[in-house]
Amino acid sequence: MQQINESILNDEIREHLKENRISHMEYLPGMERISSDLLEQVTSRMDAYDPARYTAGDVRRALAQENRTPEDFAALLSPAAAPFLEEMARKAKEETRKHFGNTVYLFTPLYIANYCENYCIYCGFNCHNKIRRARLNEEEIEKEMRKIAETGLQEILILTGESPSKSDLTYIGEACRIARRYFKVIGLEVYPMNTEDYRYLHGCGADYVTVFQETYHAGKYETLHLAGPKRIFPYRFYAQERALLGGMRGVGFAALLGLADFRKDAFATGIHAWLLQRKFPQAEISFSCPRLRPIINNEKINPQDVHESQLLQVITAYRLFLPYAGITVSTRECARFRDHVMGLAATKISAGVSTGVGSHCEEVEDKGDSQFEISDGRTVAEVWESLTRRGLQPVMSDYLYV
Amino acid sequence: MKTRETDKLILGGREFTSRFILGSGKYSLELIKAAVEQAGAQIITLALRRANPGGAANILDYIPEGVTLLPNTSGARNAGEAVRIARLAREVGCGDFVKLEIIRDSKYLLPDNAETIRATEILAKEGFLVMPYMYPDLNAARDLADAGAVSVMPLGAPIGSNKGLCTREFIRILIDEIDLPVIVDAGIGRPSQACEAMEMGAAAVMANTAIATASRIPQMAEAFGKAIEAGRSAYLAGLGRVLDQGASPSSPLTGFLQDAEGRE
Repeated sequence: MQQINESILNDEIREHLKENRISHMEYLPGMERISSDLLEQVTSRMDAYDPARYTAGDVRRALAQENRTPEDFAALLSPAAAPFLEEMARKAKEETRKHFGNTVYLFTPLYIANYCENYCIYCGFNCHNKIRRARLNEEEIEKEMRKIAETGLQEILILTGESPSKSDLTYIGEACRIARRYFKVIGLEVYPMNTEDYRYLHGCGADYVTVFQETYHAGKYETLHLAGPKRIFPYRFYAQERALLGGMRGVGFAALLGLADFRKDAFATGIHAWLLQRKFPQAEISFSCPRLRPIINNEKINPQDVHESQLLQVITAYRLFLPYAGITVSTRECARFRDHVMGLAATKISAGVSTGVGSHCEEVEDKGDSQFEISDGRTVAEVWESLTRRGLQPVMSDYLYV
Repeated sequence: MKTRETDKLILGGREFTSRFILGSGKYSLELIKAAVEQAGAQIITLALRRANPGGAANILDYIPEGVTLLPNTSGARNAGEAVRIARLAREVGCGDFVKLEIIRDSKYLLPDNAETIRATEILAKEGFLVMPYMYPDLNAARDLADAGAVSVMPLGAPIGSNKGLCTREFIRILIDEIDLPVIVDAGIGRPSQACEAMEMGAAAVMANTAIATASRIPQMAEAFGKAIEAGRSAYLAGLGRVLDQGASPSSPLTGFLQDAEGRE
């Protein structure tokens, strides 16, 4: 068995890990297979990446480039780049200014359901975790959205747990239609689906799809996602490509740092985005940079060797490799970290966040528990105030759905 | 001969005395007014996707009165999307001008000339005063003129790159061959580059990132305003030919012919 971040494990999970599991590489019935070799390309580049091989000279060379190659990106993510973090931050800030000026985008996630059919051993929503489950009905979704819109936000990210039976396509589509009445930009962070499903949801008003691959190391992935459709590694990997084929404007990528070798995972995430943008030049791409967080029934989960300075190295390396990409910092990080990284490399920040179901307005009675503990619970007004104090210009909407 | 007093920029029948088109993106909304005033700009571009009528950080609330709005269609990836954004701009009261931007390359943000020509045709017929952002290609510029554009806006370098007039020779061709005002847009990083574009005979210069990323935004806007005026004056004054065509002796070599004619 691959070595696992020990903080994730408990006795129940240890028992489950001994059981037989289905292949994580074989598609299940109904899962669309597209013609693409991106997975092979990303995997072979990641496998060949040895972070220990890079030297200070490689890092200096990477920093001096105007347009950086995957090799430069590899150097910037390596341990050899650690002493250059200040310089990386300065260059990242220059690139961010050039491409985004001082503007930063605000949004909030809305969890409309937390039912899940997957068994991801590090996630609070996993189907074996005994938490309060809930699924908002249309009326409740509208109430929550109205409440969020009152804060002035114009962009919303709709999330569900990954349960195609409890949160089916038409349910998500209806949530998008309701969101269109209150918001200009609608993103989705739901279970991976087929091209036609993405096309349907685009028609309902959504135009941005984010899927976290969690880890790009298939062997490690297999030990973390023990059951459910999410277990099928390649189907998840190709979600962004299917979303773009389905007409979505942009796609988001992330590895959940702390699950596996974070340098290799960050490298694979960047290469995945880079290759996909080359294939779909019109696509907007963005990164999220989540680290593992404690969950209900496991307070001790932590991202191990991914401390704040490693996280900053990853974020600045993303910026230097793909200067035009959006970068979101999650409320998994504290206000101090988020505020400082905004305008430096990150371009989008959530505000007024709750990762529970039905938690934006009191009238929703059946509430569901949250996916993970957040570190930054500031309201939209507080985040706004903090950004403007730092000389940044908050922007509520940067897109017109046409 | 035009003097500074009679020299007007005419776009779609409307007259402007300033030849500096200021962008409003990438910097704090509170600074827009000061930048406009310091630059002496009469036209300001804005991304309609940033407009948030009735909501927070609505850019329209920050544009000083009397300034002509030039909404852009940024975010459009094809002619159809650009046309819809232009119509929305008109609906929210941005007037008839539209800076047509059609981009289906999220990395370099290079314009798609073919789609831009298609959208220009449609929008010009609907009465829009279309100012297309374009890659400086003579054939495309002619097609845009035929499609009813009121100017062409070739890029000097990729948006936001601050690299200056990388496409200098091709812009020069447009200035020579196209009867519409040629406005250099994108890539201008310094006042000196803006000045050079104006010396070449550009009708105006549009700049945004160079100003947005300056330490003191209103002061940089002022510097651009002055550079553009200086470049225009130089163009009107007629640059010394030495700059463009090599040395020219002050006593003409063919003067002897006149001497002979004088004797006859």
